[in-house]
Amino acid sequence: MKASFFQKHRSVLLFSFMGTLLILVGVFQSWSVALTIFNLCLVSAIMALGVNIQWGYAGLFNVGVMGFAALGGLASVLISMPRVEEAWEVGGFGILAGFLIIVTTVMSCLIIWPKIKKNKRSRYWIIFTLVILGYSGLRIFFDPGVRAIEDVNPSVTGYLGGLGLPILVAWPVGGILAAGVAFVIGKVALGLRSDYLAIATLGISEIIIIIIKNEEWLTRGVKNVNGLPRPVPYEVDLQQAAWFQDWALFLDLPLDDASSLLVKVCYALLFIVVIAVLLWLSETALRSPWGRMMRAIRDNEVAAGAMGKNVTWQHLRVFVIGSAVIGMAGAMLTTLDGQFTPVGYQPLRFTFLIWVMVIIGGSGNNWGAILGGFFIWFFWIEAEPIGLWIIAHLTSSMEPASPIRAHLLEGAAHMRLMTVGIILLVTLRYAPEGLIPEKKRM
Amino acid sequence: MTDLLNAIVLLSNFLIIPGLSYGSQLALGALGVTLVYGVLRFSNFGHGETMSFGAMVTILTTWGLQSIGVSIHPLPTALIAIPVGIIVTIFFTLLIDQTVYKYHRTRKANPVTFLIVSIGVMFFMGGLIRFIIGPGDQIFFDGTRFILKAKEFKELTGLDEGLSLKMTQGVTIITAIIIVAGLFWFLNHTRTGKSMRAYSDNENLALLSGINPRKVVLVTWILVATLATIAGTLYGLDKSFKPFVYMQLLLPIFASAIVGGVGNPVGAIVGGYVIAFSELIMTFAYKKVVLYLAPEGTTVDSLIQLLGTNYKIAVSFIILVIVLIIRPTGIFQGKTL
Repeated sequence: MKASFFQKHRSVLLFSFMGTLLILVGVFQSWSVALTIFNLCLVSAIMALGVNIQWGYAGLFNVGVMGFAALGGLASVLISMPRVEEAWEVGGFGILAGFLIIVTTVMSCLIIWPKIKKNKRSRYWIIFTLVILGYSGLRIFFDPGVRAIEDVNPSVTGYLGGLGLPILVAWPVGGILAAGVAFVIGKVALGLRSDYLAIATLGISEIIIIIIKNEEWLTRGVKNVNGLPRPVPYEVDLQQAAWFQDWALFLDLPLDDASSLLVKVCYALLFIVVIAVLLWLSETALRSPWGRMMRAIRDNEVAAGAMGKNVTWQHLRVFVIGSAVIGMAGAMLTTLDGQFTPVGYQPLRFTFLIWVMVIIGGSGNNWGAILGGFFIWFFWIEAEPIGLWIIAHLTSSMEPASPIRAHLLEGAAHMRLMTVGIILLVTLRYAPEGLIPEKKRM
Repeated sequence: MTDLLNAIVLLSNFLIIPGLSYGSQLALGALGVTLVYGVLRFSNFGHGETMSFGAMVTILTTWGLQSIGVSIHPLPTALIAIPVGIIVTIFFTLLIDQTVYKYHRTRKANPVTFLIVSIGVMFFMGGLIRFIIGPGDQIFFDGTRFILKAKEFKELTGLDEGLSLKMTQGVTIITAIIIVAGLFWFLNHTRTGKSMRAYSDNENLALLSGINPRKVVLVTWILVATLATIAGTLYGLDKSFKPFVYMQLLLPIFASAIVGGVGNPVGAIVGGYVIAFSELIMTFAYKKVVLYLAPEGTTVDSLIQLLGTNYKIAVSFIILVIVLIIRPTGIFQGKTL
């Protein structure tokens, strides 16, 4: 029977279909475009994997994906950019003092809070006073430091710079940074009901972006950080190399095309290694007793709690792990772009789109999340040329100068928002378990 | 004495009047979110786009009216275009409800599914709006810019500080008062309004008492579309219309609804003003006020600003997060519609 054949080889067929789509782009548009899409598909797939760990395994509704991805991006700046010595000299003390004050304030609040008897009004006042004191101290030391740093050659640096390490180090560090922030967020917010958790995480991710945009001493803010070092060779160097010239001649490709293709292939290989490791890890985790416990918690929290499972702690753990994966993907994305642009972090692109990927791919299934990442990113990019093509054909009977036709052609760029919305709504209605549904395990 | 008056005028001009008008816009938006939450029981992420859609239809109508020379100078033409915007938006929301939400409602889907569905609606409407009117800035304000100019105020009172009242601010505040009064009258004094409150309070009991759920849902969407169109248009008149901005407005609106206590209309209004005023209070530079109030000869170096203006929008998110963590039920705990 045909249907059962499709059911049996569902994921293989869907992935081959995806591969064919990419090859078609390679043939009809160009291989460079196809590889660019492929690389971003891989990064999106990793982000979707992270969201799937939180939503599919544990049912945690995290709408703060953008914030964690941005933290990963920030990590790649802080790890890979060279240190700005001058900025450290003029403002390093102020920043460090400010940092110490923050730590002392938070620590003393945390220590004092449980020591004062409950139900005592005074404890709110004491904490309030401590916070005010800490804040004033912060402003006194921090502000001059910040001003001094931002005045150091503002058009080129104007920030502290990074550690000057290879950018590959930033990938795990991005994960760790995101995980640390996720731990704090999870500690305070995971007790909330699912839709409140969604709104809280959305708010927190916006706060993270606002901080990144405005703390120029750390991130250069809206001035962007350009020219991040690369983990792969530069096109210019490749074109000079003798072995590469022979190779390009052998393939009968122009030198610049061949070099840009090779660079993209290198990125793709790196990403594939990461995705393979992550996939192996998460599949093993899903099959382990831990995965069984997570599913039990997701499907019935009360029952799992009654069986003696610590639901809160497991939620926190899975939230941190998922966020770490997203943070890592964020660092990889920034590496691929070669620049850190805080303005580019929009919730539509970095939060909601990733969610659409997970829902459409099949929540609870890692392969589904990866397929969803590929499909949705592909349509996000290709909807515009496809939309343009359709509209151009539909309106071909109109006069070329007709204002309606011009308006429609102009609007084709926004077809992708509509397409993604319709795809999501249709999936939720007719195939709520997604393209590759979660395996039923007995 | 004049110093004190100057300080008060300064505060009114830069804090109280902008706070009132921004707060009214947020309150109207939050009322829509709260109605959906109270009756249909989900957080509607598509509400920002509904506001944007209503404003868009109003703008298109305004342009139409302007081109045939209709004007109600000194008031902005958009005011007479609003009813058209409301009617079109009502039809559109009902269409979305019938094609999208109804299916999940009959299957009694859980709130998270509804939330994800509303994200789908948000994408679709966002695309549609950009497709129709484009992603750019649209200015559709006409009529007189100021009701009271700062210069006139100075001449009138002889104070150093001027007080100005923009037409859009006046229109916003007055419209908000009328709409809110109308809404409360509807909810508390009409049969349909009472049945809505009953349904929101206890669905099963309401069904047993013979309340028609379909009518309640219908009326809710009509109210939501009306409120969203008015809020969206007022915001667009005051600042400017840009599809992208309404998506950003979603969070302050959620913050307003949650701070007041989601599902509670009074809470939504109070929440709107709380959010608006805290944003302004936290980022206002108090230097000049302090100079007026302090004894003569005092010098102040800093701007006396708690947070940079860039952090304005972060204030509402921080309040949102704090309220969610400390008191998720909001100020007006445990009350619904």
